[in-house]
Amino acid sequence: MSLPHASDKAVGEKRSRMRAATLLPLAGMAVAIAIVFFGLDWVGTDYAYLAAYTVLQFVVLSTAWNILGGYAGYVNFASAAFFAVGVYTSVIVYKTVKLPLIATMPLAAIAAGLLGLGVGYLTLRLRGTFFSIATLALSVVMNTLVVNWAFVGGSRGVYVLRPQSIDFFGPYTRYLCIVMLILSIISVLIARAVEKSWFGRGLAALKDDEIAAECAGVPALRLKLAATALSGALMGAAGAPFPFFVTYVDPATAFSLTIAVNTIAMPLIGGTSTWIGPVIGAVLLGSLQQIATVTISSALNLLIVGVLMVIFITLAPNGIVGLVQKIRERRS
Amino acid sequence: MVNWDLLSNALVSGVLLGGFYCAVAVGITIAFGMLDIVNIAHPAFIMMGAFIAYFFNTSYGVDPLLACIVAAPFAYFGGRLMYRLYYLAFERHGEESLQGLAFFFGLLFIIEVGLLLIFGVDYRFVEARYIGPSIQLGFVSIPWRLLLPTIVGLAMVGAVALFNAKTFTGRAILAVSQDPGALRLVGGNPVHIKEVAFGISIATAIVAGALLIIIQPVEPSIGRDFIGRVFAICVLGGMTSLPGTVIAAMLLGIAETLTTTYLGPSWSPAISFGILLLTLGVRPAGILGR
Repeated sequence: MSLPHASDKAVGEKRSRMRAATLLPLAGMAVAIAIVFFGLDWVGTDYAYLAAYTVLQFVVLSTAWNILGGYAGYVNFASAAFFAVGVYTSVIVYKTVKLPLIATMPLAAIAAGLLGLGVGYLTLRLRGTFFSIATLALSVVMNTLVVNWAFVGGSRGVYVLRPQSIDFFGPYTRYLCIVMLILSIISVLIARAVEKSWFGRGLAALKDDEIAAECAGVPALRLKLAATALSGALMGAAGAPFPFFVTYVDPATAFSLTIAVNTIAMPLIGGTSTWIGPVIGAVLLGSLQQIATVTISSALNLLIVGVLMVIFITLAPNGIVGLVQKIRERRS
Repeated sequence: MVNWDLLSNALVSGVLLGGFYCAVAVGITIAFGMLDIVNIAHPAFIMMGAFIAYFFNTSYGVDPLLACIVAAPFAYFGGRLMYRLYYLAFERHGEESLQGLAFFFGLLFIIEVGLLLIFGVDYRFVEARYIGPSIQLGFVSIPWRLLLPTIVGLAMVGAVALFNAKTFTGRAILAVSQDPGALRLVGGNPVHIKEVAFGISIATAIVAGALLIIIQPVEPSIGRDFIGRVFAICVLGGMTSLPGTVIAAMLLGIAETLTTTYLGPSWSPAISFGILLLTLGVRPAGILGR
């Protein structure tokens, strides 16, 4: 009777290790929340809130990208386009019905999700590269559309007025920061839920071998479409507060290359196979850039991100998470 | 009433633009169509060519086209080196889809920002005798600055077609796109063949860059407008087919000039995407695809 006992013990050990693995990120999240709430209030300047907002925005974007890119292996280059759909949905709402931000974000998410569904439906039936190429061109087209649409400001851009402060939350920048923090927690929880569920396992199967997965009964097209729509919707939601953050939006800022590049670079540098990778990448690269933009030029700073990305995918394809795992394995 | 004067001028410049698009897209037909390497950085190499032409033209008064034809062999070896790296890092492990795409995206980005840091965001142009004068045929006028790129573009496709038909390496490029295993049996090394073909692809991009800066002033970020165009042409043309590339390039050129003439130039970047999506949705094999 010693054998089942031993295996029971092994299972128990594995369970407790798994429990630790789930508790650790939650603890990390609590720490993050504490830092944002108390640290920023302690610093107290607008700049601190703005810097935190930018980093959190990238946490949302790279987590969203990773749902399709990391889990299913479909590279989406149009993150700036999905983000901009959110931005301009927000601008339209602002210019027409003036809903509160909290109500605008779901609308932005729906608009961007529908865009993902449409592009996905046309291109996801083909090989993955066609989807990627279509998304590359998508940014250019959405940009063209906005440039020609006078109502949302065209190429000249549009000004958005924001209140100085808001009840209960204090200064508006602090409010934006809290909204983005909540959104980033929601996205990370969604990404984590996807990863641990049959949905994520299905996507992982598609990534390994699409034909084999389909033969085994994985509904390939439906899963891919769902992942594209979900990922796009989160990016759109991340774009909705942006007009109030910058107060002046033009196509060049909404479709900026910074967003497109960072959204891909952060998950790839952090590690694409788990939900924590994009978070690590976004927090690390995002904070680094916040420091670097102040001290050195922003173009050079983007160049560094590009070079880092190429170095990582060539030498450490599993990102920082992969490197840490490798070191751990070597130790044990 | 249709204005025939306007329409015929638009059609002629559409065909001329199409000839230039041949030069832009032939490299992608080789790399993406034949070799299955999704080189989304191709337009960045075109911009690199444009700025090589600009640099030698303004600093030493060299003809822009000549500068890039001289630079092309260097680009060929640079391209071979790049494929080598790509093969060792990704293709060998079968990891080319996600990581390879991100690799070329990073490359695209590094080149663009690099050019931006060196040359700035201003529009740059070159000077040559053929920029300015044009030929008058009835009520249609053909500017030399459009005619020359068309001739060179078509000549480039012709040269690649001849190379693919007449030489062992050229035939092997087509073979490697169909069955690399069978190519090994007849004594060809797929990796070497792909390396040579990718080198040629990059060399064509550099020459296309010279043609671009002859046609219009350039700044580093306009390369992005060409991503949609080159892939739309390649897919519409049927991926591996060189005649298909020429036909698709002409169609795109005509479609774009007609839009520019009747709707205004700000809409033309959306045309290539429309064509690309329509092709992928309706007939993914393209016009002359197998």
